[in-house]
Amino acid sequence: MQNYNLNHLEQLEAEAIHVLRETAAQFDNPSILFSGGKDSIVATHLAWKAFYPASIPFPLVHIDTGHNFPETISFRDEMVARLGAKLVVGSVEKTIREGRVAEEKGHNASRNIAQTTTLIETIEGHQYDACIGGGRRDEEKARAKERFFSHRDEFSQWNPKNQRPELWSIYNGHKQFGEHFRVFPISNWTEMDIWQYILQEQIEIPSLYFAHERDCVVRNGVILAYSEYLTLKPDERVERMKVRFRTLGDLTITGAIESEADTLEKVIAEVAAMRATERGNRADDRRSETAMEDRKREGYF
Amino acid sequence: MDLVRFITAGSVDDGKSTLIGRLLYDSKSIFEDQLDHVAKASEKKGLAHVDLALLTDGLRDEREQGITIDVAYRYFATPKRKFIIADCPGHIQYTRNMVTGASTANVALILVDARNGLTEQTHRHSFIASLLQIPHLIICINKMDLVNYDQQVYDQIVEDYRNFAAKLEVRDIQFVPVSALHGDNIVEPSTNMDWYRGSTLLYTLENCHVSSDQNMVDCRFPVQTVLRPKSDEFHDYRGYAGRVAGGIFKPGDEVVALPSGFTSKISRISLAGKEVEEAFPPMSVAIELEDDIDVSRGDMLARLNNQPTAAQDIDAIICWLSDKPMVPRTKFIIKHTSREARAMVKEVNYTLDINTLHRQEGEQDIQMNDIARVQLRTTSPLFIDPYNKNRTTGAFILIDPVSLNTVAAGVIKS
Repeated sequence: MQNYNLNHLEQLEAEAIHVLRETAAQFDNPSILFSGGKDSIVATHLAWKAFYPASIPFPLVHIDTGHNFPETISFRDEMVARLGAKLVVGSVEKTIREGRVAEEKGHNASRNIAQTTTLIETIEGHQYDACIGGGRRDEEKARAKERFFSHRDEFSQWNPKNQRPELWSIYNGHKQFGEHFRVFPISNWTEMDIWQYILQEQIEIPSLYFAHERDCVVRNGVILAYSEYLTLKPDERVERMKVRFRTLGDLTITGAIESEADTLEKVIAEVAAMRATERGNRADDRRSETAMEDRKREGYF
Repeated sequence: MDLVRFITAGSVDDGKSTLIGRLLYDSKSIFEDQLDHVAKASEKKGLAHVDLALLTDGLRDEREQGITIDVAYRYFATPKRKFIIADCPGHIQYTRNMVTGASTANVALILVDARNGLTEQTHRHSFIASLLQIPHLIICINKMDLVNYDQQVYDQIVEDYRNFAAKLEVRDIQFVPVSALHGDNIVEPSTNMDWYRGSTLLYTLENCHVSSDQNMVDCRFPVQTVLRPKSDEFHDYRGYAGRVAGGIFKPGDEVVALPSGFTSKISRISLAGKEVEEAFPPMSVAIELEDDIDVSRGDMLARLNNQPTAAQDIDAIICWLSDKPMVPRTKFIIKHTSREARAMVKEVNYTLDINTLHRQEGEQDIQMNDIARVQLRTTSPLFIDPYNKNRTTGAFILIDPVSLNTVAAGVIKS
């Protein structure tokens, strides 16, 4: 007899596809926020599955800080070409040059806060009424309370104390003029689910996720990729290390881990044995205990 | 691996967050840097022990107040199962969040403080679990360490609860005496309660039977959107995209499209180009039909001899979620599966006192957290089933037409 039971990946996939189809049906002008990281790649893959054989009904929006890994950019361009999707790039460089946000100075300078301004400008400029993101609730404390359909006011702000109740799988996308939604179809996935799904579906991901040799700088216990954007402190030196990245953000803030895992199977084995969360080595979350919540209130991803 | 969704509910200070922290900690689902954060934060608060509750209390406001104010989702896995925990606040003004968490749960874990016994919140949470038809209830009698692990205290609470639960519609109730703070009967059997012969909490969660929670009999397929590629390769393709809400669909099955009433046969079921032999809940698929009949978003596919009720008059129980009271004669937006209409509350039959489960007839004033039996009238027919038959086609939400907020959750009686 057939077993009428979906395993956890099948259930998570069915849920995400349902959310993506609701987004296409309920909004006039939705988009996918595509970072080039594994979570947004999985979200995009799910969108491809949700609407096949029709094409993905959302443009891919990339907020380019100008501090991206070159590997991320080339991967993005290949993926867009393969899917026949539309790409929209918001440039943080341009926002800074035009004086709408100040560049941070000093050793720990990052464009992480600056990119929120560019993101909001891009959303407003293209009048996106829903932005699909690869956010997961297991990533961080503040994200644990996100809805699938997360309402943002006309200033793109998230109000965690006044979120709409979200019941069953009925999603309320009604909004006032000028407001928009962030949509998180893979809310319920964990890092392990993402990896298992990438393996199961044979999804291509940037080479940065696999162990490779590169020039690094160790700062406050975090291994950072050495690049022209990183200002060295007097006591710091560049070391050649074998590393891989668990998340892909900016070159300046994304911590690497020392690793020998150069295949998907080895990465999964490593993740299973890992005793530190993946955002634990993101310098942006280390600024304060509620750093993520504070950034989200302002309109961050 | 199975996926099990459970909620935790309890009064303020029942130790809910500590219990979750303990489950995560003892099942080795906590990472070093998280534990490190919590150890630091506990020290800052001047606590002698590591406060595991800090693992789940996420937002700035509640970290300051020391209470959970919004549903937080947590994840952990054992070799047997993957769990999604909806940590629901016990604070009275946030009961709406428990309804939110309960709507998708297979299991409700209700905490009772052994020193206090059953409280108003225990009744409220149990009733909501029953109203939302969570199939399994686990009553955790917590803080057993503070009553000297006394069996009599436990037995009395179990007896009180059984008396109360006789009025509820719950299939499966289990009791576990625990101390979340010390870890008794959470993952490891307690050495302090030899008199307890039952399973630990984790074992109970790992072994409750969740696969029969879906309706596999009555075929229901709400259409979310129509896939029309209009490409050369798929020129004539027309697929109805949706998630199966009930029953098993197969190619060759005769189906009826509602509201049109046209019938056709399923020619193919697929997902991303891959054939699906049988589609059952909660699968997301695309269904193609042999005939080119008019089907669009909000329509439903069902079997000719087994259809949902097409209704404009709906008998329902609603839970009011908004801080503004219900205004009579408001024309709400009603959302039911993928269908939307306008709806008016024609009549409030009674409100429920959730402590005694007594009906208060004639009460018309509906406030936040109130539960009421109402008669709705909608502008167009909805394709409904009773909620106790189908948790998808038996559920709806009401949206305020001005604020556009979700203001009520509804379950359909008939």
